[in-house]
Amino acid sequence: MEEKELEVAEEISEEMISEEGKSEKNPNFNDNLHGESLSDRTKVLSPWMTVAKRFFRSKLSVIGLVTIILLFLFSFVGPLFSPWAADGGTVSDTTNINLIIDGISSPTIYYKVNGVEYEAIAISITVPSYVRLGGISWAHWLGTDESGYDVLTRLMLGGRVSLTIGFVVVIIQTIIGVILGGLAGYFGKWVDNLIMRIVDILSCIPTLPIMLILSVIFTENGLGASISKLYYMMIFLCAIGWTGTARLVRGQILSLREQEFMLAAKASGLSTTSKIFKHLIPNVIPQLIVSMTLGLGSVILMEATLGFLGLGAPLGTATWGNLINLASTADYREYYPNLWVGAGVCITLAILAFNFVGDGLRDAFDPKMKR
Amino acid sequence: MVKYIIKRLLLAILILFGVSLIIYFLLRLMPTNVIADNYRISHSNGGASEEEIERGLQALLAAYGLEDNSFFGIIRGYFLWLGRFLQGDMGESFKYGASVQDVIGQYMWLSFGISFAALILEMIIAIPLGIKCAVNQYGKLDYIATILCMVGIAFPSFFLGNLFIKWFAVDLGWFETGGLSSGISPDAGIAYVIDILWHLVLPMSVMIILSIGGLMRYTRTNTLEVLNADYIRTARAKGLSEGKVIYKHVFRNTMIPLVTQLSFTLPSLFGGAMITEQIFALPGIGNQAYQGLLAGDIFLAMGYNMFLAVLTVIGVLFADLMYAVVDPRVKLGG
Repeated sequence: MEEKELEVAEEISEEMISEEGKSEKNPNFNDNLHGESLSDRTKVLSPWMTVAKRFFRSKLSVIGLVTIILLFLFSFVGPLFSPWAADGGTVSDTTNINLIIDGISSPTIYYKVNGVEYEAIAISITVPSYVRLGGISWAHWLGTDESGYDVLTRLMLGGRVSLTIGFVVVIIQTIIGVILGGLAGYFGKWVDNLIMRIVDILSCIPTLPIMLILSVIFTENGLGASISKLYYMMIFLCAIGWTGTARLVRGQILSLREQEFMLAAKASGLSTTSKIFKHLIPNVIPQLIVSMTLGLGSVILMEATLGFLGLGAPLGTATWGNLINLASTADYREYYPNLWVGAGVCITLAILAFNFVGDGLRDAFDPKMKR
Repeated sequence: MVKYIIKRLLLAILILFGVSLIIYFLLRLMPTNVIADNYRISHSNGGASEEEIERGLQALLAAYGLEDNSFFGIIRGYFLWLGRFLQGDMGESFKYGASVQDVIGQYMWLSFGISFAALILEMIIAIPLGIKCAVNQYGKLDYIATILCMVGIAFPSFFLGNLFIKWFAVDLGWFETGGLSSGISPDAGIAYVIDILWHLVLPMSVMIILSIGGLMRYTRTNTLEVLNADYIRTARAKGLSEGKVIYKHVFRNTMIPLVTQLSFTLPSLFGGAMITEQIFALPGIGNQAYQGLLAGDIFLAMGYNMFLAVLTVIGVLFADLMYAVVDPRVKLGG
């Protein structure tokens, strides 16, 4: 750690020496630089580059970032290589159909023909047109599910829905939070009071129970089988989830607006909009990025929880939550872990990775951090 | 101080008013026939005649203003509900055929017992570990503990719960799951208690693993902050032994923000862990409320959500007050 700090210090001092030394010693330094301009020789680190440098220095952040990229490739590029994906959905595997004995449906019957006693049982045999609950094989790396769908492909397609929802919800939450938090912080007085009381109220609403009720309500109102139910629920999640961002932005702006650069902005006669969005908000962006990254994990978790409870997207849709929903059936939980463990691992990895990256970014943005 | 508390209490009332209004409006989006169906189902077992049920239903709909789904009808219904709520009547739970306050009161204590025991265990493990990690910052233990904590935080409860059931209950057969007891009669005394504890091992492990990470990291961050404080340098300069510095000066100051943090666990302490209880089929308030919510039990939903909201408000208020009580340097105001 010590070494690294020294490294940076050396770099800086070298830059400074080369800059100053050359200009003083050689008034005609263009010759000395062989036609290059000074800026080609010196390396200036912009604040963003410093952050990037610090971010990539932490192993955990890099692991997180790589995991996120892999998950995205898995979800968005993966289905292109899967033979079982079609038109954004999955096709059933109809090769190698296994006979499935559904069970004994009548008690044993005894009867005599010509003095010989026979014993008979009626068995119903279903011949499904697809490989139902197939095991792990070369064709299906994670087996197939109840409908003969390839689990791995469903996992990839599920990732598309889950990750997209995560990003969209977090971005909408952040936009609402920035606007309302910015207004509250900048204008103060009754605007601040009004907005912050709304924030207080919304942050007291218990999220999960309310989402459960909403799911029931949407189902009762006839939206149960359509994906729009999930969208409506996510809109609601946006509507109550912006409070954290608003608090953060307001707190930052309260302290920022008292600083000299705001006085300068005021003196140069800038409009209110440009003062807020050009001078105040950019100063909050580091914290916003961190809170968005950490928020992604929780939105993905919320979708997965709803899916697990069977209340999110309609049951046929592949989302990570819906896939892990299979674990709530005792048979699948006990005998077919290949159906649901993959989804659980993906959800955990996604949350973990977003947390790693979020933490890494926070440390990288923090000028007080030693590392 | 008194003025501050009064101000906060008034604010709390405003918040609860807002929360209840929003939840009530959401609940009223539910079609009235769902409420009626639920009422009929819950009352048809009691041997009452069709006519009696119908009359009871109409009386209920009228008493709570549920029959009118226009905007003003909902407002009227809200105030009817509010009036009863303030008198301590939270309505009737169709699902359980009892008043909502009785349902909450009956199932709350199991959830509280489990959560409280889990919380104590968490604190016993997480706080010393957090301090140890902070003292040896960037040491081996620190890295391992931090990574394990992050993994624990990232695990969804339903995934970990199902994995545990699969591994420890099904494959290895070490623990029992599904409910509280495997049918031993309560007269069996110690065997009955052990059976219940045996059923609680897995759910409690899940709860502890999920939330221990947050507590440990919080302790670690706070300890790091305290370690950088001037009074710690002074303590060292005085020539105190490292043990004394850590356990007398650092530890005590670390506890201040922890007390605040613990106040925020109030809703989950009494409100139950909905998912964990549901997976392990424990009859705690979380699971019961979950079943009720799914059944469209409007008064139970309203009552349970208000219960959680009240707990949240109390928790936040308590956190602020405790902050001043524990740390005499903090002055409340504003």
